[in-house]
Amino acid sequence: MNGAAPFDVERIRKDFPILSRELPGGRPLVYLDSGNSSQKPTQVIETMREHLAQHYGNVGRALHVLGSESTDAYEGARDKIAAFIGAPSRDEVIFTKNASESINLVAYAFGNPVNTDERFKVGPGDEIVISEMEHHSNIVPWQLLAQRTGATLRWFPVTDEGRLDISGLDELVNERTKIVSIVHQSNVLGTVNSESPILARVREVGALMMLDCSQSVPHQPVDVAELGVDFVAFTGHKMVGPSGIGVLWGRKELLDAMPPFLGGGEMIEAVWMDHSTYAPVPHKFEAGTPPIVEAVGLGAAVDYLTSIGMEEIKRHEKELTGYALEALQEISGLRIIGPRTVVARGGTVSFTMEGIHPHDVGQILDDVYGIAVRVGHHCARPLHLRFGIPATTRASFYLYNTTAEIDALVRGLHHVQKVFG
Amino acid sequence: MIAESMYQELILEHYKHPQGRGLREPYDAEVHHVNPTCGDEVTMRVKLGDGGKVLDVSYDGQGCSISQAAASVLHELATGSTVVETLSVVDEFTRLMQGRGQVEADEDVLGDAVAFAGVAKFPARVKCALLAWMAYKDALVRSQA
Repeated sequence: MNGAAPFDVERIRKDFPILSRELPGGRPLVYLDSGNSSQKPTQVIETMREHLAQHYGNVGRALHVLGSESTDAYEGARDKIAAFIGAPSRDEVIFTKNASESINLVAYAFGNPVNTDERFKVGPGDEIVISEMEHHSNIVPWQLLAQRTGATLRWFPVTDEGRLDISGLDELVNERTKIVSIVHQSNVLGTVNSESPILARVREVGALMMLDCSQSVPHQPVDVAELGVDFVAFTGHKMVGPSGIGVLWGRKELLDAMPPFLGGGEMIEAVWMDHSTYAPVPHKFEAGTPPIVEAVGLGAAVDYLTSIGMEEIKRHEKELTGYALEALQEISGLRIIGPRTVVARGGTVSFTMEGIHPHDVGQILDDVYGIAVRVGHHCARPLHLRFGIPATTRASFYLYNTTAEIDALVRGLHHVQKVFG
Repeated sequence: MIAESMYQELILEHYKHPQGRGLREPYDAEVHHVNPTCGDEVTMRVKLGDGGKVLDVSYDGQGCSISQAAASVLHELATGSTVVETLSVVDEFTRLMQGRGQVEADEDVLGDAVAFAGVAKFPARVKCALLAWMAYKDALVRSQA
């Protein structure tokens, strides 16, 4: 870690060219939608451009100079990511398209007739456990698994404060449970879940556990060995990297036991007309030409985040979140959906405004003030149903955001109230 | 200051003071339409009389100002009119909404609904404006079936 320079948000903002662009009508951009997708620093953009301009070739098979430079860059990115998340082995880092693919890959290994490992056998009577605060990407793959196998899908409820309700843990996770998959940090509530009590119970009953870290890996130090779970999914575009590249981390011994997900080039050892043998992990799960430049870009993103320091980023976001929670709660008729304190909480703040639909809020903020927030159900419809609301407005912060931008949001919301009041 | 032109005073008025809101008896057909991407929804009832007269359009729903104001304006335009007349208004309104802001609105046909002209420039919001109108068209088909 090279966190020597003190955290300077103005210096950081200069690394992100898009933050200084003007929107039509001369409005400055106030980007509060990083939970949706983050912006990219010059370091990532230039690394990708440089790779395309000077080193591009296919990976893992071409014998020429470009093939070898490209392979080195691609595999080098894997090393960087493995170090970034504390993976015990680089081979445990699988490149996917995004976190959704990572979760689908794991779900596919369960109840799969070609997988004879006991731990992955799923049928009627077996149970899969998720939670009510999941993104659709950590709901639908498990619904599909339940439909394929006749297993039962169960879930942790969410408290009124927006915390995971684990009071029923011992009943919910039991000897019928095969896998528990929950979110590390909620993309709506901002809640950061503590995995340890759940993991302890998971180990007791001999099940497996997956964490969706799409919203935590970009914002705080995450060490997979320390977490102790079996699988972790996250995505590149939310952590100043490009879209089209995601990561699945899994314990090697489990990855070895799992069947391939997609079949094709590069994932094989040998192929006959009637059967094949497969390459060892990680390549077993990387069929076809991978997103090479995107992986290289994600490697650069990890370098960038490391140079700033994940602890520093976490601290900065905590400051912003505290500031935002306080300022937003002073607006009459504004209801925060999620924890109202910074304890075990990240920089994603969702809210409703009495009598005003989020789409109207978002439109006015964007068109009058150039403030980009997300409005809708944020791919977490069941969570919104739980709170009895169709949609929320969500502001999400990152390393490049400032308290001045939160002030702009508050001013914008007052204006929204004036228009619709 | 682009969106302000979308939020015409008339739209905001209808949103804050919706006309004819609430589901009423009797009715010939009831439909429920939703906008899955944003959760807007409308339930609409239509009661027809002799000679294709529209006796009542009643509705309930939830959603953004555009979707709810559109239902209110529709109620005012359709109630007391005829099926044939209102269908031509629906067609003109649809043409305006799908015109990406390039279509000149026919105010004689549209009446108050012309206030929605600015919405056509926001493709993401067009379906909000059309929700109640498509529900109405659907309800007419069902009540005549």
